[in-house]
Amino acid sequence: MADVFKLKVVTPERVFYEGDASMVELSTTEGDIGVYASHIPMTAIVAPGVLKIHEGSDVKKAALHTGFIEVLPEEITIMAEVIEWPDEIDVKRAEEARIRAERRLKEHSAESDVIRAKLALKRALTRLSARQ
Amino acid sequence: MASMRDIKRRRDSIQSTEQITKAMKLVSTVKLQKSKGKAESSKPYFNLMYETISSILKKSGNLDHKYLKPGASEKKAVVAITSNRGLAGGYNNNIVKLINGELPAEDTLVYAIGRKGRDGLARKGFQIKADYSEVINEPLYRDAADVTLELLDGFTRGEIGEIYLAYTAFKNTVTQIPRLIKLLPVEMEAGGDEDKGKAHALMTYEPDEEEVLDSIVPKYMSSLIYGALLEAVASENGARMTAMDNATSNAEEMIEALSLQYNRARQGAITQELTEIVAGANAIS
Repeated sequence: MADVFKLKVVTPERVFYEGDASMVELSTTEGDIGVYASHIPMTAIVAPGVLKIHEGSDVKKAALHTGFIEVLPEEITIMAEVIEWPDEIDVKRAEEARIRAERRLKEHSAESDVIRAKLALKRALTRLSARQ
Repeated sequence: MASMRDIKRRRDSIQSTEQITKAMKLVSTVKLQKSKGKAESSKPYFNLMYETISSILKKSGNLDHKYLKPGASEKKAVVAITSNRGLAGGYNNNIVKLINGELPAEDTLVYAIGRKGRDGLARKGFQIKADYSEVINEPLYRDAADVTLELLDGFTRGEIGEIYLAYTAFKNTVTQIPRLIKLLPVEMEAGGDEDKGKAHALMTYEPDEEEVLDSIVPKYMSSLIYGALLEAVASENGARMTAMDNATSNAEEMIEALSLQYNRARQGAITQELTEIVAGANAIS
């Protein structure tokens, strides 16, 4: 595909990424999607996962936690509440967080704790897979 | 005429005050630069958020969603963003006056961010529901999200019918405008239907409009509150800078006047002493 679109990833603190891309891959609450140029207009809610930005043969990865995506044929905007480049991720901390969360899940005490642990686990896994 | 010593004491005291106001002005100038940069870098997110929300709402005008109509309760909630410290001119008082003028004290719950506004509103008879004053020292997006959660919780439980946000918008270094905006129910200004030629009419929502709104409205509120927090911090420092600048120049003026008085008093004292000596000498001879 030669067709490119404009991609904009913004967070409350800064403009995270702005440039041309040929495809983006990410997870939404409805499942994983890959979006090329000329996609039909769509708005979806982002689920925690790895965001992959394809730019020709170049692929950039980032850990995307929450937000939503607005797709227009020539322009895609991702409003991310939390997003990190792989080099901003502390692998050791993420690994520790994963172990802690898994341990808490095994003990599964109160209901709210399970939800929190699951979220923490998801975050840690997202960070680790973005780093790979 | 006041004695030389009194004048000197007053002048010295004003001089040391001037030193403090000068230092405070410098500090707020530096802080202003920092907070201004932060406020500006959060603007794109907020603007895009606003665009998205208004395009969703324009497209689905008759959508029946809980966030789009007033809650059952008569009560109003207001997020009042002020500062924790004083000496910023009318900065805090303007917010208190604005809220007091627009919203009835007996029907309004205050979610205070900033001690000065909290105390000012409590004195006017407002009920302080929650206090997040620590947040203003170093606003994080997380804080804004927490406040939003609490507000939405009250809204869905039917304790609050409408939610407002009061903050000081930062126009430029010398002008800051206190502003009161409605957060919930979400209202967009009418007009501007052309929509910049974007293909919004065909927009699809996944999973559906309702759930997208469920997820986006809280983010929209958080981004508004976060943006307001950052702007308020910039405004606070701008207001303090202007106030301290005025204080410094007032102090300079007073010192000048007092110096003149002091010199006159000194001259008067010398003249008097001379007259006395001469008179004394004349009396002896």
